[in-house]
Amino acid sequence: MKKYTLNIVLIILAIGLLFAAHFRVIDGYIQIVVMTIGINIMMSTSLNLVNGNMGEFTCGHAAFMCIGAYVSSILSVFCFGTHFGEPLLPAASVVIIFPIIVLIGGVVAAVSSLLVSIPSFKTRDDYLAIISIAVNYMIISAIQNMDFIGGSRGFQGMKDTVWAMIDIFDGPWMLFWVINFTIFTVWVIRRFISSTYGKGVNAICQDEVAAEIMSVNTNKIKIINFMLAAGLAGCAGGLYAHIVGYVNPQSFNILKSTEALVMVYLGGMGSLSGAIMSAIIFTGLLEVLRSQAIIDVLVSPVTFVFPDWEPSAGVIKWVMIPLLLIIVMQFRSEGIMGNRELGDVFPKLKKFYRFK
Amino acid sequence: MDFIIQNILNAMQWGSFYALIALGYTLVYGVLRLINFAHGDIFMVGAYISFFVASFLIGPIIGISPLMAFAITVPLTMILTSLVGVTLERIAYRPLRRKGAHRLYVVITALMAGLVLEYSNLAVLGASRLKFPELIEKQIWHVGGVTLTNLKVMVIVAAIVVFLFLQWVVTRTRVGMAMRAISYDKFAIPLMGIPIDRIIVVTFVLGSGFAGLAGLLFAMSYPVLEPFMGMLIGWKAFIAAVVGGIGDIKGAFVGGFLLGFIEVGVVSVFPSSYRDLFAFTILLLILWVKPSGLFGIPQSTKI
Amino acid sequence: MAQTQIHTEPTPVLEVRDLTQRFGGLTAVKDFNVKLMPGELSGLIGPNGAGKTTVFNLVSGFYQPTEGQILVDGTPTAGLKPHKVTALGAARTFQNIRLWNDMTVLDNIRVAQHYQLGYSFFQAVVRSKHYQVREEQVTKEAEELLDVFDLKRHAEELPKNLPYGTQRKLEIARALSSHPKLLLLDEPAAGLNSADAKELIRLIRWIHETFDVTIWMIEHHMDVMMELCTQIKVIDFGETIAEGSAEHVRNHPAVMTAYLGDENI
Repeated sequence: MKKYTLNIVLIILAIGLLFAAHFRVIDGYIQIVVMTIGINIMMSTSLNLVNGNMGEFTCGHAAFMCIGAYVSSILSVFCFGTHFGEPLLPAASVVIIFPIIVLIGGVVAAVSSLLVSIPSFKTRDDYLAIISIAVNYMIISAIQNMDFIGGSRGFQGMKDTVWAMIDIFDGPWMLFWVINFTIFTVWVIRRFISSTYGKGVNAICQDEVAAEIMSVNTNKIKIINFMLAAGLAGCAGGLYAHIVGYVNPQSFNILKSTEALVMVYLGGMGSLSGAIMSAIIFTGLLEVLRSQAIIDVLVSPVTFVFPDWEPSAGVIKWVMIPLLLIIVMQFRSEGIMGNRELGDVFPKLKKFYRFK
Repeated sequence: MDFIIQNILNAMQWGSFYALIALGYTLVYGVLRLINFAHGDIFMVGAYISFFVASFLIGPIIGISPLMAFAITVPLTMILTSLVGVTLERIAYRPLRRKGAHRLYVVITALMAGLVLEYSNLAVLGASRLKFPELIEKQIWHVGGVTLTNLKVMVIVAAIVVFLFLQWVVTRTRVGMAMRAISYDKFAIPLMGIPIDRIIVVTFVLGSGFAGLAGLLFAMSYPVLEPFMGMLIGWKAFIAAVVGGIGDIKGAFVGGFLLGFIEVGVVSVFPSSYRDLFAFTILLLILWVKPSGLFGIPQSTKI
Repeated sequence: MAQTQIHTEPTPVLEVRDLTQRFGGLTAVKDFNVKLMPGELSGLIGPNGAGKTTVFNLVSGFYQPTEGQILVDGTPTAGLKPHKVTALGAARTFQNIRLWNDMTVLDNIRVAQHYQLGYSFFQAVVRSKHYQVREEQVTKEAEELLDVFDLKRHAEELPKNLPYGTQRKLEIARALSSHPKLLLLDEPAAGLNSADAKELIRLIRWIHETFDVTIWMIEHHMDVMMELCTQIKVIDFGETIAEGSAEHVRNHPAVMTAYLGDENI
């Protein structure tokens, strides 16, 4: 019975959050923070598959988030919105169709990962970094040239889908979906990585030549791993698009990719629990640094000397976060968890969960 | 025909910037196997340094002639930008190198350092763009149907001179030989009595100094400065260096100009919003066909 | 009337015909031929840089030969990637031990079964019955193998924490986990002291007797070679300079010249 403690805690937490949101115990702002945590968990754990478990160095993860966001947004508006004419599907079907739309966004993102995974057969880490960055820029650039979906002005209309859900039942739908997809993401990754099949990914990381000789079809596993990572990022993108209600290619540029990188390396390459923890810490940090008051306190030594300087929180945030990672690299390069899981560091915790 | 020559000249000028920046990437990579992601932002810092130096020199306090100011700004910018690069190396990269940290961690540090530079600039100087003062009177020459400005010629000449200088340093001087030696075997070098730290400092001095020069020339050619000017150019110059074969000076030079030609070529035919898309796509295709770059040596693993 | 007897010759486990490998202007291997019958324990020796590991790399599938044919158990390996060649029944170890140092010893053996796992990605994620059955089987086989090699007590340890000789043993055990017909050992005694080398000789002899496997070894340690191998081939600069029994090779003038230099100097 004790073994299921983690599952029970998670369910209680999820239900608690949903209730609190529904009965307005927590306001819209906190809901968005929680949803952002969920999306960041999806991004960091999925990037961790490629950069951590497989040991590659890709810097363009936001490209897949972008594709997922756009594909699911367009489908969403086709089905339930008015931008492209009358909605294709009855509003009542939204509860079933919406997750399918998000998943389709993920699938398209997964297929697009071939742009990066196929070059990875022949190239070393530095070169793969460039390819991933180039793909990131290319996808943004391509969308910016597609005026029929808004180009650089962005695309909107997804809110109609959310309203359709609220019409059925007035509840915190997006929170519900984010929680589900986050749990789904972690579940899939955990199941994959702990199987002997998934350990082929680690084998490729630790010695690719040996992996190839020891019967691991390295090319196939690379493709699968990239697809899984990109697909989950695509789902994250689809959810993000529907939360905000508006997408713009520049939201998925190298800065977004860097956010994901920071989370992965902060948490520790190859550590699933590390990636989850660092996503939570990172989101929290971003929120804390959003407050102008706190920023003012943090830079007070400087403003003491230069009283005319009024730095905005949004900018200082992006000075502090990179600095944080630089400091992490200097003093604990392997990140919070290294490449171990929480259960390895605190063995007593293992009593409370059982993963099959 | 004139249209083509005009575009070739534009491409060479545009490519000169990429070449100058790419040379810095390739120097550091060649010696340290480190992608100094902060290099594009060092270019930006160089541009800003040149702005402040030049404005100060022709300003009321000193008030010398623009031409004199230019003559002083060039070396001063290069020296100060070198200092920035060396400081970065000292504070961020060297401690990791000492610890024998995995190369990846240094790369991440470089990526973050670039962000710190960009956003610190934004925080300190604000979002308003700065206009670079005119130091050299623009002289326009018409040769046949083609328009040349003295500035354009200067940029192209600068790139060629820097390339030749670096080729000379790397192949004919002892410092250059040490740089090449380090790229082959970092561990054996100190045993040979070569002061590895000093050579690395020289590498950063050269790379950052010429990035500063590129910044100054860029600021003179396109006089509006903003904190993120280094980001896109930096990434592209980096890709150009890789396409040329990273670690190889010829490669960086050719790669930079190649990118210039691709971009100007694309823009002359297609709407300008397609420029980046095409540039990246073509570069990616080249890398696909020849993964180690045009002049690069394929790295093989010993099985 | 004489009756014609039809001989069915057993298929050679490894057959290499006129193998030539050129890297640019350098000919690393020239006209190399070998035929290993089931159950043999043969050796390949030569000075450093002679091309021995290149031959192994060609047989394993890491390089595609410039000329010549390689057949593993009768099947040509042209165009096959290494993991497919392993699936045909060839396994190997490396000069520098290539274990997966951040995975447990047990995992090292299990992952080596990757091609034979037999379940798909989706089955792994939903933990279908088929997945569970196969995982159990693979784990059981891996544990049994470790037991046979007296490594079971290290099952949960990391290879990097084991003594060098034990790591070497593990690497060989891992290669055997796929039940290969052909085992290629690339300098298994490299880095071993004489006590460990004696242990290795015993181990290889025991493997040869216990498992139904043909062994082909590259080795520099002369005593290991001479003790174990019935047939030895000597190459230098990519060309075969001698072959035969251990005694024959030991006293062969060409071999001595290759290793020690021209006796007339």
